[in-house]
Amino acid sequence: MKKRLLPLMVAALCGMLLLVAGCGKSIADQDVLQHAKKTNTIVWGVKADTRLFGLMNTKSGQIEGFDIDMAKALTKEILGPKGKAQLVQVTSDTRVPMLKGGNIDAIIATMTITPDRQKVLNFSQPYFNAGQSLLVKKGSRIHSVKDLKKGDKVIGVQGSTSVDNIQKAAPQATVLQLSDYAQAFTALKSGQGLAVTTDNGILYGMSEQDHRFVVVGGTFTKEPYGIAINKGQTAMTKRVDQAINTLRRNGTYEKLINKWFGSVPGFDIKEVE
Amino acid sequence: MFTILANNWSTLLSGLGYTLMASLIALVGSLVIGTLFALMEISAHRWVAVIGRVYVEVVRNIPLLVITMAFYVIVPTYFVQIDGFTAGTIGLTIYTSAFIAETVRAGIESVAVGQMEGARSVGMTYTQAMVQIIFPQAIKIVIPPLGNQFINLVKNSSILAFVAGFDLMYQGKIIANTTFNTFDTYLAVGLLYLILTMPLSYFMRHLEKKWNVA
Repeated sequence: MKKRLLPLMVAALCGMLLLVAGCGKSIADQDVLQHAKKTNTIVWGVKADTRLFGLMNTKSGQIEGFDIDMAKALTKEILGPKGKAQLVQVTSDTRVPMLKGGNIDAIIATMTITPDRQKVLNFSQPYFNAGQSLLVKKGSRIHSVKDLKKGDKVIGVQGSTSVDNIQKAAPQATVLQLSDYAQAFTALKSGQGLAVTTDNGILYGMSEQDHRFVVVGGTFTKEPYGIAINKGQTAMTKRVDQAINTLRRNGTYEKLINKWFGSVPGFDIKEVE
Repeated sequence: MFTILANNWSTLLSGLGYTLMASLIALVGSLVIGTLFALMEISAHRWVAVIGRVYVEVVRNIPLLVITMAFYVIVPTYFVQIDGFTAGTIGLTIYTSAFIAETVRAGIESVAVGQMEGARSVGMTYTQAMVQIIFPQAIKIVIPPLGNQFINLVKNSSILAFVAGFDLMYQGKIIANTTFNTFDTYLAVGLLYLILTMPLSYFMRHLEKKWNVA
């Protein structure tokens, strides 16, 4: 009796495991585009702590920024004028697990397209060409990374890749490493260095806060931001790409870029589009 | 830990050099400024004593980081351009001087009042009495707590790391950030600080013994 029961139990257990695995698979693997059309909603993972891209407005309680407006415009483009864009706050650490787990349909959160990420995610075409740049005081003799001479001080942030990049791009310059962006900007204001270096997106945010400082020289690394969608969601990826093309054609893209970056001194749309 | 030491030997050594230099400058500077303010605190002139008292109370009750950042940010913005090393060393000197002032003042006050009265009654001036009678006695009392302050000063010099002063802690942080071998790096940094503080500690012990016998 007992001997006969054992295979049955094993079989039942296997069945349950399969069912659970099957269920887990079905959430993340169902066609996102179809599901979005059915619910008339696209769930976007967005940042809420990045100036100009996605920042929580403490007065209104709403997240605002270029990424947010892009997400809304893309939703309208994909689902029609009545489509709803649901915004879910993510951070650099949580965004990929949340996408994989099916909590969000797509990520639009200052995410750089890299070969490593492309192995596990689908990316849209780049919608913002970010890259490392320099922020200097207006009228500075530094116009690009090439103007950095021996002994010139450039301010970076400890533990960021931008420090390695500047040491490669301008090996003759001295790099001062401070603990965060706020301190780096303060040090630049008090003349401790000639420039702050990091992603242009962050630098535009600093420049927008204090117009005495401008971003110069274009980018010397390429870090294009793309919209990430789960691996295998080919239909959704294609649709998002199409929608980006449409926004570029009908002028919405340029309008949004100007809305968020228009007031940044020295901003050039050609660098990022 | 040994790989960290071996791979980053020159970087750590240069950091050790900056730390040593900042410590030496701050040690001499804070001893001079501290002693001056101690003398002001015990001065018979009321307003001089008040100035001394205010300086000590204000400086020793503000965090070292705040004083240092003030020199790093405010001074270059409004007055004169100084780099992180200078700002850090000045901040360290000012901060430590308040503690040294208190230590020296306590030492001087612990010498019996009769000593000063006696010296003055045989015709010595205030300065003569201070230098020849009070100081030699006070210094014996002051040496052990002063040793503490000096060791604290060497360790506090790690404040330079916050203002990019190229000291040992700054280099350690960078190595930890690039190798991700945080534990071993800080272990190596700690060992190098010991190399600075241990001889200082023994030197102060030595002084203590020598002057007690004399």
